[in-house]
Amino acid sequence: MFYKDYIRVLYINLSTGRIRVDKRKDLRAYLGGVGVASKLLQENMNPDLPPLHEDQPIVFAIGAASSVFPVITKTVAMFISPLTGELGESYAGGRLAFTMLHAGYDAIVITGKSQKPCYVTVTQTGVEIKDARAFWGMDSDKVGSYIRNREHGSGKRSIIRIGPAGENLCSYASVCVDTYRHFGRLGLGAVFGSKLMKAMQVTGDLPMPIPNFKEYFKTYSKLYKQVTETEVMAKYHDAGTPINVVPLSAMGGLPTRNLTSATFEHAENISGEAFAKNNLIRKMACTGCPVGCIHIGQFRREFDHVCEYESISVGYDYELIYDLGSFLGVDSTDGVLYIIDAVERNGLDAMSCGVVLGWACEALEKGIITEEQTILPLKMGEYVNLAKAVDYIAQGVNQLYTDMGKGVKYVAKKYGGYDFGMQIAGNEMPGYHTGYGSLVGALVGARHSHLCNAGYSYDQSNRDKEFDKEKLVDYLINEEIERCLLNSLIICLFARKVYNRENIRMVLKCVGLDYTDETLTDIAKRILRTKLEIKKTLGFAVQDVKLPKRFFDTPTTTGKLDPYLANEIAEEYARRCEEILAEEDESIKEFV
Amino acid sequence: MFKKEVCNVARALRPDGMRKCIGCFSCMTVCAAVNNHNFSISKSAIKIKTSGGLKHGFYATVCHACKDDRACLEACPTGALVERKGGGVLLNKDMCTGCRKCVDACIVGAVFFDEEENLPIICKHCGSCTRFCPHQCLTMEEVDDVL
Repeated sequence: MFYKDYIRVLYINLSTGRIRVDKRKDLRAYLGGVGVASKLLQENMNPDLPPLHEDQPIVFAIGAASSVFPVITKTVAMFISPLTGELGESYAGGRLAFTMLHAGYDAIVITGKSQKPCYVTVTQTGVEIKDARAFWGMDSDKVGSYIRNREHGSGKRSIIRIGPAGENLCSYASVCVDTYRHFGRLGLGAVFGSKLMKAMQVTGDLPMPIPNFKEYFKTYSKLYKQVTETEVMAKYHDAGTPINVVPLSAMGGLPTRNLTSATFEHAENISGEAFAKNNLIRKMACTGCPVGCIHIGQFRREFDHVCEYESISVGYDYELIYDLGSFLGVDSTDGVLYIIDAVERNGLDAMSCGVVLGWACEALEKGIITEEQTILPLKMGEYVNLAKAVDYIAQGVNQLYTDMGKGVKYVAKKYGGYDFGMQIAGNEMPGYHTGYGSLVGALVGARHSHLCNAGYSYDQSNRDKEFDKEKLVDYLINEEIERCLLNSLIICLFARKVYNRENIRMVLKCVGLDYTDETLTDIAKRILRTKLEIKKTLGFAVQDVKLPKRFFDTPTTTGKLDPYLANEIAEEYARRCEEILAEEDESIKEFV
Repeated sequence: MFKKEVCNVARALRPDGMRKCIGCFSCMTVCAAVNNHNFSISKSAIKIKTSGGLKHGFYATVCHACKDDRACLEACPTGALVERKGGGVLLNKDMCTGCRKCVDACIVGAVFFDEEENLPIICKHCGSCTRFCPHQCLTMEEVDDVL
């Protein structure tokens, strides 16, 4: 809590119904956000049990400076991933961080399994586990409406919920946060489903006096100005992240048609500009962010032949356009939105879903699977059938689709086509085929996401320079450490250039945490060390990962990649991690 | 009634651009911080809500700066509310008994109540929220008004 020397943790056991609150001074050593959540995951996880066992925890945490400064908007969820079997870490914006703060909790740990479908309400005056039997089977939009009508808290609440995919334990089911944001990656939705937990509403408006108003408001105003008046954030506000589609395709880094290519000849049809022209109807923001990067696109669908249309609005972003667009050969903005709608309704991770469908299209074409199994003639570009296949995955309509719900690594191992099932350590590939940075970065990153260390960014900035292995490893590890710090506040990574160390120290000071740069680096390393320990306990070793061959067959923005060099870089990174793990943590004593 | 250029420059808050609202809540954060030195938006004199979930637009509930008939003021039994130049009212906290008659009298629901302080939350039309509205949904308008 702000101005306090402890972290306030709410424990909810769905098996026993027991609720407990703890004030943890020791957790201050982990600052907040991902630091606190990692430690709580480490304490509460059961490494010997499967990821969806009822004794496995879900941990939510807000950051050390959540919600009261511009663009510090995220909540982290940590769990054991049913997709990779190791560290599950996912971030969402929306209103969750804001409401957790004002409900009075820094972190929430959920364990156990409800006897019947339930939803949980968290307020500053109590926690309840409620009947959700009639909600079971509903898509995430619908259950959001029902809870909105049933519960109080309009304007100061966050409703997070799963769709059918989570209920059916799809390994990459997502959790929808306030309609347009998600804990997307690594299958938190399935962990919800395994606990028979359909949703959680957090409501909060706890009074929180500001003892140092002048200092706070000066800092807030300065950051607000930087965020809204400088060019740093303009990209995210204007056409948004989809502005990357055309340049990335032009430089040969946009994964296309199951990565048979990294250039999409129809990139301009699904560019940020095309979406803005054809579909963009409004923008929205997470609570506390004046940028408003959430782009809402609308399309219409004819449901009868006598001029009968329904209008559908969904959020779109670069990653969704890549995975449900270029990666599946879909060449129109309406087509991309059409599949996004199916992914949203069912509550799946768009990125994993696109990659799994990419494998299925190619596997069918190559005769590895049959049309009898796919039910539909799945083909690149045919978005109506691809959207239908999304329903089939979420519902697990037959053995193939049930298996597809377990991720591309699982199906590629079971049916064949490992070389073109585009995953990295079990997580479906992100939207960058830019070089060693993107590939090895995701491989060595703690959660195998492009956001762990932004290797894709290194590739793009250095593509005209001679490749230097050491420099890349330095970049990846330094970025991974620095992002542990950003994610402990939890700053939206879009604002990473605004929140340099000076600004980070300033906001922390405002909420009562006066730290030196050295202490902050120590904390960031401590967080990474905790994550690495969790990964080790869960059995991850970079040497065990076998990357699909196609990563090395299809040229990147920096040319074809050499598997041996990629391996060398990964092993060097792993060696550096071992050094970090072996470092003596002297400064933790300051917090004990 | 409302003029852009007048000699007598009383000003009033106008939430006329709410269709452009992105729901960032900066206005509420700033209002609560500036006027009540609090992080909680329950202390804000402006409230942003959706009309039926985030798929629908946002609307603002805030003092309309009534000029001729001020229902909240008329309802106040102690004289704690006085006319504000430019519309609306000002609160004299020392005279308020926390009876909430002003809350009930405001038919647009723009008088909120601070349970902790046992006082109504009255918009001063200070304009802080407008300075932190990234889409100019909220603006200050000059009002021709003489008390």
